[in-house]
Amino acid sequence: MSSRLARLAVIATGAGAFSGLFGVGGGTIIVPLLILWLGYEEREATGTSLAAIVVIAAMAAAAQGLYGNVDVGKAVLIGIPAVGGVVAGTALQQRVSSRVVAGCFAVLLVVSAILLVV
Amino acid sequence: MDGGDLVGALAIGFAAGIVSGMVGVGGGVLFVPGLVLFLDVSQLRAESTSLLAIVLVALVGAWRQRGYDNVRVRDGLVVGLLSPVGVVVGTGLANAVSERVLELSFAAVQLYFAWQLAQRARRSAEG
Repeated sequence: MSSRLARLAVIATGAGAFSGLFGVGGGTIIVPLLILWLGYEEREATGTSLAAIVVIAAMAAAAQGLYGNVDVGKAVLIGIPAVGGVVAGTALQQRVSSRVVAGCFAVLLVVSAILLVV
Repeated sequence: MDGGDLVGALAIGFAAGIVSGMVGVGGGVLFVPGLVLFLDVSQLRAESTSLLAIVLVALVGAWRQRGYDNVRVRDGLVVGLLSPVGVVVGTGLANAVSERVLELSFAAVQLYFAWQLAQRARRSAEG
């Protein structure tokens, strides 16, 4: 096995575990490691990460579905506005500096983390 | 669910999509709190339901990014197809631990992600 393939396999396993455990896609593992280990440029890493996430999240959703944990109606309810958001987000990424947006989301995340815990 | 909760869920869904497109994640880091806080779902069910919403968003996001020539399809598929061992371990663990442990560890993931975003913002400010 080439070292490149080995690195992709490690990224895949880490992202899969993260995805299954936390209900996320695993991009937070994939993006930095593609940049760090495989020399990806940032936009290419984010695009490639999204492609990997389609497969990973589909498998993790199927696995959680077997446990009877998936609420399809609510997934659609929150997923539909997100599809609009992702089209806007990818277009924005090509045009503007991500600095302000990244800063805003960082604040949003801290707030929702606090709300979840209390 | 009242009207305010519905608006909240739709707004956080839209925000999750934007963060997904801009930073290449699935948006789960916002779907999960959106489902818990606005749609009254338990942490475990929220995480599981989030995964299904992510499939939809990542599919559209990857397609858009492909249009901008930012996707190395082969590497993306390799990472996806090699993930099942991790997925089985992760979902098994999520179903084994208590709701409280899941809540706390998810909050830790959010803080880590916030830190990553802050670093990114700082880097692009310098660059």
